[in-house]
Amino acid sequence: MLRKKRDFTVAEAEGGGIDPMSQFRIEPIAGTLEQGQIAFTNSSIWMLLTLALVWIFMLGGMKRELVPGRWQLAVESVTGFIDELLVRNIGPAGKKYVPYIFTIFIFILFANLLGLLPIGFTGIHPFTVTSHILVTGVMAVISFAIVLAVGFWKHKLRFFTLFVPHGTPLPMVPLLFVIELVSFMVRPFSLALRLFIAMTAGHVLLKVFASFVISGINAGPEIGLLVAVPSFLLMLFVSALEILICAIQAYVFALLSALYINDAENLH
Amino acid sequence: MEVEAARLIGAGLAAIGAGAAAAGVGYIWGSFLQGALRNPEAADGEQARLYIGFAVTELLGLIAAVIGFILLFG
Repeated sequence: MLRKKRDFTVAEAEGGGIDPMSQFRIEPIAGTLEQGQIAFTNSSIWMLLTLALVWIFMLGGMKRELVPGRWQLAVESVTGFIDELLVRNIGPAGKKYVPYIFTIFIFILFANLLGLLPIGFTGIHPFTVTSHILVTGVMAVISFAIVLAVGFWKHKLRFFTLFVPHGTPLPMVPLLFVIELVSFMVRPFSLALRLFIAMTAGHVLLKVFASFVISGINAGPEIGLLVAVPSFLLMLFVSALEILICAIQAYVFALLSALYINDAENLH
Repeated sequence: MEVEAARLIGAGLAAIGAGAAAAGVGYIWGSFLQGALRNPEAADGEQARLYIGFAVTELLGLIAAVIGFILLFG
């Protein structure tokens, strides 16, 4: 898969086009990406950057002042938002999941927004950590594992009644069990896929418009005015939309994780 | 070369799915707005359900996009 992608980008570069997929390439900074090797890559750098920013954000707001300043108010509104989300969707038992849900929410939010930064020096460009299914997949698997662990810990084998809704007629039970089981098993995939592809598609869209702008300017003033200017304006609006999508996707990931945990906690 | 052409056509056809999901997402937000304007007090309580519906519908469009990506770059 990876090799085919590289062949494609080489072919594109020879054709003179701007390749929108090369922004997602993982480049090793220390070590190599040969088989079975662990390398320090640009993805790791942006993950560390996300961690550092989240750390600074939280440290600034955890001074526990009696009269909160602006920074503390910002942090408290985020924590309060997640707290309310969990209490409303899970009930009083949801309080103990606040650390996990808050962690994934704020990590996804900061990683998404950092990847959208419009900076680019020679060869160094923002890398969206969440645009790789490996990263989102691990987060989805952690959510799914929490659901399974809580469900089996709390309800033992009664957890399987989750797959048979209340009041199902007896002949329908086997069919509904299979359907519910499939929809349950698909959850980690859908959770990971949603975030990963929303980020990938948004960034590809932005880069396609960017290549329109560059090609339009290179093609002369008439075409530049006709193509580059509208493309640039559209890019502006798509960028604003992408900021909204970053927040919505982080919220949706947190909300769906909370709902899945609710299933395990309360067994509808 | 015919396989290459078929791949590109297939990627284009996959974009129809994204358009259909766009109609679905628009319907969800439109219905929510309609309901919210009729009963603004109840609107805030239904926002979680709005986002669940949005996420489930959007996923189908995104899967169409994945198929397009797989056909183009896979």
